[in-house]
Amino acid sequence: MSRINRQEVDEIAQLARLSLSESEAAEMERDLERILDYVAALEQLDVEGVEPTAHAIQGVTPVRADESTEPMDPARAVENAPESAGSAFVVPRVIDEEGS
Amino acid sequence: MTTDAAGPLESVASARRALGEGRVSSAELVEAALSRAQERVALSAVVGVRPTRAREAAAASDARRAAGEALSPLDGVPLLLKDNMVVRGEPTTCGSRILEGFVSPYDAGVVERLQQGGAVILGRCNMDEFAMGSSTENSCFGPAHNPWDPTRSCGGSSGGSAASVAAGIVPAALGSDTGGSIRQPAAFCGVTGLKPTYGRVSRWGLVAFASSLDQIGPLTRSAADAADLLAVIAGHDPRDSTSLPEPVPDYAAALDGDVSGLTIGLPRECFVEEGVEPGVLASVRAAVEELSAAGAKLVEISLPHTAHAIATYYLIATAEASSNLSRFDGVRYGRRAAGADDIDELYRRSRSEGFGAEVKRRILLGTYVLSAGYYDAYYRRAQQVRTLLRRDFDAAFERCDLIATPTTPELAFPLGEKSGDPVTMYLSDIYTVTANLVGAPGISIPCAPVDGMPVGLQLLGRRLDEATLLRAADAFQRRTDFHEQRPPGPPEDPT
Repeated sequence: MSRINRQEVDEIAQLARLSLSESEAAEMERDLERILDYVAALEQLDVEGVEPTAHAIQGVTPVRADESTEPMDPARAVENAPESAGSAFVVPRVIDEEGS
Repeated sequence: MTTDAAGPLESVASARRALGEGRVSSAELVEAALSRAQERVALSAVVGVRPTRAREAAAASDARRAAGEALSPLDGVPLLLKDNMVVRGEPTTCGSRILEGFVSPYDAGVVERLQQGGAVILGRCNMDEFAMGSSTENSCFGPAHNPWDPTRSCGGSSGGSAASVAAGIVPAALGSDTGGSIRQPAAFCGVTGLKPTYGRVSRWGLVAFASSLDQIGPLTRSAADAADLLAVIAGHDPRDSTSLPEPVPDYAAALDGDVSGLTIGLPRECFVEEGVEPGVLASVRAAVEELSAAGAKLVEISLPHTAHAIATYYLIATAEASSNLSRFDGVRYGRRAAGADDIDELYRRSRSEGFGAEVKRRILLGTYVLSAGYYDAYYRRAQQVRTLLRRDFDAAFERCDLIATPTTPELAFPLGEKSGDPVTMYLSDIYTVTANLVGAPGISIPCAPVDGMPVGLQLLGRRLDEATLLRAADAFQRRTDFHEQRPPGPPEDPT
């Protein structure tokens, strides 16, 4: 039984904002199938009632002194942008003419 | 040109001695390292050098030393960084086309600490793209080569760092380890590689792959050198919310050569013939016997969930990566695809053109396991198994002070051998991933070579007990000379 199909590959590619060529999508479907088949071994374990671990080291998050510090100059922060204007990042229009 | 200063470049200890005795200047060490990098350019271990800034830093170090004001044992020592730690005013690529043109506006926490210690940052090392790989083949610069045999992989993802130290370009380099990416290349290249406890070294300015697993650490000739590096880079950093506040002990003082009070656990799951090359297993067994001869007590232990570690790791690491790598979108930095009409197309085209195949594969897997309908079956279950792995370690460390295993199941594999099969590549990390999942420190040190290729012994310790780990590794290196063995030099120039 297959664990993932082409339609699901296309859906997750859309969620991840990746465009796959025909051959890339076929290759990913095959690779993901094989990886999911491998990780399916975890299904054999009884994890009923086991707390999940998100972080290996569980301690108290240290709190820093509440003092103001100098933030990065916005003009420097946008220096790496492919396109910028003043201290802003420039992107293609995201709201259409009618503003709908 | 390099002959005069080449000796001091062999280790941090020898560089430090030569500098201290005035036999060499930092300026000479930097020139020697730059020409070594040039001689060994065919290894593709180094992807960028900063000669002007390095020379300035070396001159400043020499002036301090002349005034009797050396800042740390690393003052004046040239080092390389894996290309995922940012240095102000320098490029950082993570081995990816998507970061083309990026120049960092700030310094990573480790960079600040190295500079405060007077170390000279010479440049950047090759790596698997975004640290995703075990062979340094997934790099936009092309694969790095193993100095012991250039047809083989130097391991990964910190392969360029390991190869640079093995080839004697620099006495030490920093790498990062998310599932074995310092220890596995250290084993393949015959150097010492330390992954500290999660949170011991600041991740500020380390480009994130899997934030709950990533940790920076040193690649060096010896455990003593690793102790010197760790002493400089470890410590609390308020800019990394997972950075640990515990004080940094005097690691060098812990290196007394004595392992007589230590109990070393040998997990029965890691010492079976199945899945490991017989030569590697024999070499690691002999290394453990050497520690026993030095006075350590050996006990058999069990880490029952070892067989499930790789699956757990790949679900958690890819989930975190899919989230972390969403920041590469063609808007704030790096490469932007030309001619996109709307924002969605801009994201999709910039990312699709910028990321390589393995990065896309892991982003897709991570997106899948976090998506509605699969979250509980994959991601949550993996986090539950992570708890079981943590319990395995906690139980083991009630019976022993250190755990010994092979670092890798095999010798450095030929380039190209595994690049077509992701699961086979992932299995290269079978002995190393658990330390990341449980946050424990681990070190790989060279033991007896097999067929002329290095083998790594891995020691794992209790959280924040790098001192014991380094003590045992150093004791082994006082009794053996595997860490002093050198790969052959560069091929003769045919002209």
